Amino acid sequence: MKAPRRGLAALAPFLWLGVFFAFPFLLVAKLSLSDTALAMPPYAPQIDWSKGLAGLAAFVRALDFETYARLVSDRLYISAYLSSLRFAAIGTGILLIVGYPIAYGMARCPPAARRALVMAVILPFWTSFLIRIYAWIAILKPEGLLNAALRALGLPALDILDTDVAVYVGLVYAYLPFMVLPLYAVLERQDHSLLEAAADLGCGPTEAFWRVTFPLSLPGVGAGALLCFIPMVGEFVIPDLLGGSKTLMLGKTIWTEFFANRDWPAASAVAIVLLATLVIPIVLYQRQQARILEAGR
Amino acid sequence: MKRGPSFFNLASVVLGLAFLYLPIVLPVIYSFNASRLVTVWGGFSTRWYAALFQDEQMLDAVGVTLRVGFVSATLATLLGTFAAVALTRSGRFPGRTLFSGMIYAPLVMPEVILGLSLLLLFVAFGLPRGVWTVTVAHATMTLCYAAVVVQARLVGFDRTLEEAALDLGRTPLQAFLEVTLPNIAPAVAAAWMLAFTLSLDDLVIASFTSGPGSTTLPMRIYSQVRLGVSPEINAVSTLLIGLVATGVIAAYLVQQRRRATA
Repeated sequence: MKAPRRGLAALAPFLWLGVFFAFPFLLVAKLSLSDTALAMPPYAPQIDWSKGLAGLAAFVRALDFETYARLVSDRLYISAYLSSLRFAAIGTGILLIVGYPIAYGMARCPPAARRALVMAVILPFWTSFLIRIYAWIAILKPEGLLNAALRALGLPALDILDTDVAVYVGLVYAYLPFMVLPLYAVLERQDHSLLEAAADLGCGPTEAFWRVTFPLSLPGVGAGALLCFIPMVGEFVIPDLLGGSKTLMLGKTIWTEFFANRDWPAASAVAIVLLATLVIPIVLYQRQQARILEAGR
Repeated sequence: MKRGPSFFNLASVVLGLAFLYLPIVLPVIYSFNASRLVTVWGGFSTRWYAALFQDEQMLDAVGVTLRVGFVSATLATLLGTFAAVALTRSGRFPGRTLFSGMIYAPLVMPEVILGLSLLLLFVAFGLPRGVWTVTVAHATMTLCYAAVVVQARLVGFDRTLEEAALDLGRTPLQAFLEVTLPNIAPAVAAAWMLAFTLSLDDLVIASFTSGPGSTTLPMRIYSQVRLGVSPEINAVSTLLIGLVATGVIAAYLVQQRRRATA
């Protein structure tokens, strides 16, 4: 293909994403520097184009970092920020512990069973996320199924719904396929003769796992962890439906500021802080995806 | 040395799958429960389905959701296929890094940020919010998933066939239409289905970008759940699960037939 034609196919999606994905971030950044106003849209200043460049200059002068100063001085925002990171970090940790044995077990099955198992892990992802989270309410609520089962076994009832525990259950449940599949992808390709070599050299099965299998699966661990951690930091539906009023997370904060308090600048500033936090993990994730693509070419 | 799965391996897989499927099976069972309570089985009944089909707000929401899903999935698949072709076939072109960044970032970007930023765009341009703004927002979100699905197929597909077509005097466009497209068709279909399902399922982005009269099904379900658990939702869930299961089984059977004839 001739050089000028290269990337021609990229034109339409490039323009689309430029207008509807990249450009709106500038608007969010701009709005985070604005003030709230009793108007529609509820923020000031607006650019007065009728005054030409003077209008634009007046607009730029009116922008300030007041909203950010408000975020830093308010303890509620700071604890929402820290609690989001904690939920995502601990959630990713639990997912690794829960997901690894599942992925490992799948990779050990015969090839025909493996294909069916991969399908079985992907399938729940196709059914409504909202409905699956809703089903957990019916399981975890005080007079729900979990407590009915516990009572039948003669065990004391648990009050889990509207607590942080319920949020962890929801996070682990919703993101499990995103952890299992990347782990399975690396474990399935592993050369079994390496383990035989380790055994021949006097390595026990446990030691062989920690010295051979696990280190070789680290790219999958990294991919799974990033794929779960990044969206979890900004998760809204799970903490909103399963967590209590005391459960603070940034996604919930943005939602409340926007819909309940109609404080658009605050919602935007929180979004910018969230984005700034996630930039490094997102770049790491993109690099990894690009590497996989290069390897496949 | 034993190669097959051990007891521990099998147990983790079985428990993992049980964990994944429990919340899918439950609404199906309880949608036929005559009792309002989850823990009480009041006998078999279809009363919640009857109630559902008389709930006009719910039916309206289903209509909006299906329209948004069809249009946005089609747009997303079209743009996503172009994007996938550019990423796998165009080599280096100006802006490639930025482009691939814009393709992968929305996959992990928290939905609240996408929703908020798109809403600000629509407000800045004074566009009235409604079915169309939700459609554009969904197309933007799902385009990237579609691109990744098609890309995976393009990477695995033998390039020499395309090169042969070019050597035989086909233009790049002809080569794409006659050789590449028929080969990636299953992936394009899968991309469409994924985009449609994601659109059907989205609550957060739709809440930000919809206006009066464009309440989608997830938004309706969400407001009902906030009010308290209603068995009607179980009936909706069951219908949705049935729809998805039918789609997936149909896709599987088509694939099997293709494999048998190939």
